[in-house]
Amino acid sequence: MAAKGKDPQAPLPDSVAQPESTAALLRELVALLRQNRTQLREEWARRITRAQLLTAMTEEEIFAEATSVYDNYVEALETGTFEALQAYARNLSERIIPRGVETHEVVGIVLLLRDVLARSLFGKYHEDFDKLYRILDAYEPAANRIANTVAVGFVQERERIIRQQQEAIRELSTPVLQVRERLLILPIIGVIDPQRARQLTEQLLRAIRTNRAKVVVIDITGVAAMDSNVANHLVQTVEASRLLGATVIVTGLSPEIAQTLVTIGVDLSEMATVGDLQGGIEEAERLLGYKVLPLEEVAPKA
Amino acid sequence: MEVPILKQGHYLIASIQSALTDADLSQLREALIERVGKFRARGVIVDVTALDVMDSFAVRTLRDIAHMARLRGAETVIVGIQPEVAFAMVQLGLTLKGVSTALDLEEGLLFLDQQAKLRIERGTGRIDRG
Repeated sequence: MAAKGKDPQAPLPDSVAQPESTAALLRELVALLRQNRTQLREEWARRITRAQLLTAMTEEEIFAEATSVYDNYVEALETGTFEALQAYARNLSERIIPRGVETHEVVGIVLLLRDVLARSLFGKYHEDFDKLYRILDAYEPAANRIANTVAVGFVQERERIIRQQQEAIRELSTPVLQVRERLLILPIIGVIDPQRARQLTEQLLRAIRTNRAKVVVIDITGVAAMDSNVANHLVQTVEASRLLGATVIVTGLSPEIAQTLVTIGVDLSEMATVGDLQGGIEEAERLLGYKVLPLEEVAPKA
Repeated sequence: MEVPILKQGHYLIASIQSALTDADLSQLREALIERVGKFRARGVIVDVTALDVMDSFAVRTLRDIAHMARLRGAETVIVGIQPEVAFAMVQLGLTLKGVSTALDLEEGLLFLDQQAKLRIERGTGRIDRG
């Protein structure tokens, strides 16, 4: 169904024999919906409130949105093209997602509209079953596609926002800092998944290159848990850095992580580890040939 | 394509300029090992800055060069591995264990100088009459 929704140009499926009568029936349907616009719209808004959907919005807002959804709905039925509706659905999603509207609510209200309109058709044609069936044959595929288009639009918009946020979190969470000439610090905070591990490593390798780093301190105080996958990523990062000529010191392994690593049997013998970040930086300075002295000890010579 | 091998003081420098076939790599290995003895070289630097891929044969050849040169009395350092190459190598498990690496040619030379100093301090290095 999703594939169908992406192709608004495709002709509506003709479920029964005569295609020209489908178009004629849809025209009749559209005229009917226009005629009863006010009444149907109110009925729909009432059903939305009763079903306790869109609770994040006020009644006036629901009514205003219902009106424009209704008009777009009828227009899509009339023209058989879905671009306008798609654009509207995207626009609507952009407005309502930040207010906490959920997917089930959006799908719910579109299906409610479908029910309300179908109910009105039953009411009008209940004396002529043959006509009713033909009208429904024309109406239902179109209505399904409309529901599909709106739902897909909403979900796509949601996914876009999620992707954007993930990207933002990733960029925020992997700073590579230079604290001395040729000494980098990489504090890792949060969960390391394979994608993040990859990005982290790439960023570190690039930083080693541009800063001509000789020693890197990776601080994992902020990593809550570690399994063999994460440990392997860490080992890979260390080895890749070594290939670029940089020594890596890992600091901040918590007691829990140390126990886990030994229990699951990860081989960290290749890795230099120091208790905390301070110790790591001191060790790195020693490797680089720095010595930090209090000013009083240096002053007498001057 | 043959890789030029330059002599710089006590060191040999092989600078790889383009992708090499397996035959080229073997040829490089033989030439380097032979010249370590001929020039009485103390260090070998293989510069791979120009390579943007390194397969398992290339990595194995580099490792072999390092180990063979050590047997002939020279320390080897591989310099200029690109970040992307390093990442790919590690993912494939080709980590050049036991082989020294440095960021670039300059760092490689510094590293070899330090190693020479250490050896002299330990009394295992050759006495330099120069």
